[in-house]
Amino acid sequence: MLKKKRGREGAEIPSSSLADIAFLLLVFFLVVTTIDVDTGIGLVLPPPPDPEQPPPEVRERNMLTILMNAQGAILINEQRASVDDVSEIVFRHVTNNGEDPNFSESPQQAVVSIKTDRQTEYDRFVEMLDEVIGAYREIWSTEARQLGYRDYAAYRTVEGEPNPIRRQFPMNISLAEPDPGS
Amino acid sequence: MAHFKKKQAGTSQEIPTTSMPDIIFILLIFFMVVTVLREVELLVRQDLTRAENIERIEEKRLVSYIYVGPLVLPGGGYGETRVQVDDALVDPNDFTAIQNVMRQRRTDEPRLIVSLRVDSESEMGIVSDIKQELRRADALRINYSTLRAEGATEL
Repeated sequence: MLKKKRGREGAEIPSSSLADIAFLLLVFFLVVTTIDVDTGIGLVLPPPPDPEQPPPEVRERNMLTILMNAQGAILINEQRASVDDVSEIVFRHVTNNGEDPNFSESPQQAVVSIKTDRQTEYDRFVEMLDEVIGAYREIWSTEARQLGYRDYAAYRTVEGEPNPIRRQFPMNISLAEPDPGS
Repeated sequence: MAHFKKKQAGTSQEIPTTSMPDIIFILLIFFMVVTVLREVELLVRQDLTRAENIERIEEKRLVSYIYVGPLVLPGGGYGETRVQVDDALVDPNDFTAIQNVMRQRRTDEPRLIVSLRVDSESEMGIVSDIKQELRRADALRINYSTLRAEGATEL
């Protein structure tokens, strides 16, 4: 009788080492994991140019042309400017609504064109692009505040994307192919 | 005898450990799901620039990286600017390889985002050439990868 009972006891799988095995795996994944989220400036490129379809015409006053040469000097609509002015000028250009004849007719038609030389340093270009996007975000935040939100980020969490503000103030950034330069 | 009684005061003082494996398993599963194994060895320098108005890419699995920067030489110096996709350097005179790779990935994952990780001292010419290849490959969603500047706002 006793002998039979003992035999049954031995049939269990020993699970005392389970925790150790799980710990080993856990440590492995802890070491291997990199929780770094990629951050950056997201854009959508235009589709490749269609030879049969000419690019859409943009009236000159609706186009804000920003040129940046290899030395980092900036021309906005043929006038010298510094990086710090960019954001303010873009803001005025987009929210002009036909007031100033040099700037856009309406936010929907406003285009910001950025053109660099091939030798322009990448970080200067990013600095410029950052300013332009900052201007658009400022415009959106101004609109959102009028609707009673703290800023555009708060508005976006409620309305999602695309939303009326984005439709009213579309971010039309045109990145022209760089000049061969000197 | 009274001495012994004192020692056995009250209930058992052990912490119950029966649920420990369960807790560890939950942690384990969390890290297994979160982990993306680092798949490439960088051959070019990656000294990224900083920006304030940035976005955060949550869906890491949609992202393909293109690395641009000066070649890291075995001696510790830097060579000329090169482009790296996965583990291989791209021929500087012929970027069509980028187009072919990205077209394939775009077919596999239509929501593909191409993240351009460009060293801050690179020139715009090479970046523009890559962008032209991406346009031909129909991989249109891109991301200029930057670090977070102080006081940055993320959308």
